[in-house]
Amino acid sequence: MALEAKNVFFRYTRKSPWVLEDCSLTIERGECVAVTGPSGYGKTTLARLLAGWQTPDKGEILADGKPLPTRGPCPVQLICQHPQEAINPRWKLRKVLEESGKLQEDRLGEFGIERAWLDRFAGELSGGELQRFCVARALLSGADYLVCDEISTMLDGITQAQIWETVLKEAKKRNLGIAVITHNFHLAKKLGSRRIDLTAR
Amino acid sequence: MKRKNQRTKLLVLAAGLAGVLILIYALGLLIPEKAVEGSFLEAGRPPCLSHPFGTDALGRDLLARTLKGLSVSITVGIVASGVSAGIALLVGIASAMGSRQVDAAVNWIIDLVMGIPHTVLILLISFALGRGMTGLLAGIAATHWCSLARLVRGEVLQQRSRPYIMVSRRLGKSGGWILLHHLFPHLGPQFLAGLVLLFPHAILHEASVSFLGYGLPPEQPAIGIILSESMRYLSAGMWWPAVLPGAALLGVVLLMDRLGEQLRRVLDPVTAQE
Repeated sequence: MALEAKNVFFRYTRKSPWVLEDCSLTIERGECVAVTGPSGYGKTTLARLLAGWQTPDKGEILADGKPLPTRGPCPVQLICQHPQEAINPRWKLRKVLEESGKLQEDRLGEFGIERAWLDRFAGELSGGELQRFCVARALLSGADYLVCDEISTMLDGITQAQIWETVLKEAKKRNLGIAVITHNFHLAKKLGSRRIDLTAR
Repeated sequence: MKRKNQRTKLLVLAAGLAGVLILIYALGLLIPEKAVEGSFLEAGRPPCLSHPFGTDALGRDLLARTLKGLSVSITVGIVASGVSAGIALLVGIASAMGSRQVDAAVNWIIDLVMGIPHTVLILLISFALGRGMTGLLAGIAATHWCSLARLVRGEVLQQRSRPYIMVSRRLGKSGGWILLHHLFPHLGPQFLAGLVLLFPHAILHEASVSFLGYGLPPEQPAIGIILSESMRYLSAGMWWPAVLPGAALLGVVLLMDRLGEQLRRVLDPVTAQE
């Protein structure tokens, strides 16, 4: 039971250089793995590949031994760096949460979401508040693996801690596998049981 | 803090504007044919109490004729721009979501239609379909969708690469669901703005084609026909058959414009909850 990348090659166009070359990694269920590396080393590309937003040119991504489904709910959910772009600005936030299944109003507190926010549009909340919605959406979708791509980089320390606490608590409860993508070494050390450094290859 | 909700106010205002338009439309339909019959005893009267818009050279009451004409104009405007905007929406979405061949074909057709002057194309279509209301509506509807279709195509292309569409797909939503729930809310304001902008276009084309004799029959009290008739008497000092119906037409177009603006404000999240 693991999320695996097997000898993945990826480039954005046929003429551009490889962003990822022969990249392999394994994330077990219940494990929190930190993926670090400086800017431009393919952290976000790896995140998108792991969550099935993009398909590798060579190699494969397997979740629990099966390739990611092309339609239907994906067992790997990606939480993006910019919550503003991951939420439709013309939706009220209630609908954002309903997108991942039935809205469980009694669980909003766990994610630090206030009930009054549900009837607002994305433009009326701050980045940190929106990121909680993205986290809640990904966790409530019933995914087995989470890929967190710099999800707390632009948040203040307190919000950052709150969001990670929520994610880790839920991960423990449901035995989720988590890939934390970050260039913050302290965060990586704090969260990850293991660290994968993209500069190493 | 608890003042009246802006959204409610906007909706009331929009409903009021729509009400005025419907009233003008209904008045035009309800006025009996007898009221627009001519009487040479009354010919060429300037505006007075019994004829607020005066009478034309054949002694017909211009207020009644203008109202009837406005209701024809509103029909033409709404039907033609509605159909046209509908075509634009379908074509734009097909172009953006379909294969590369569909996109190329659509763009070619858009270039073709835009390359021919509107009036000529409307004349051809209207004439081919036997003039009258049907021919005119078909002609206007078939020529006005191009620029809006391009706009819709651009908007869909821009939105479909957004991360939230990708998130939605990975949450297991189908293409149709995404189109309906994610893309349509973005297309709504474009669609409304396009519709409102098409409205005066449609009315003016109706007027010009009728003026040239390929549109509505001359006995029909359309604004375009009233205006073209008035040209003959303008040099004789009869200003009212041109000015008053013209101003009424302008008023209706402005009302429609306000209505579109109100709807846009209600639908746009930036202003919706102000």
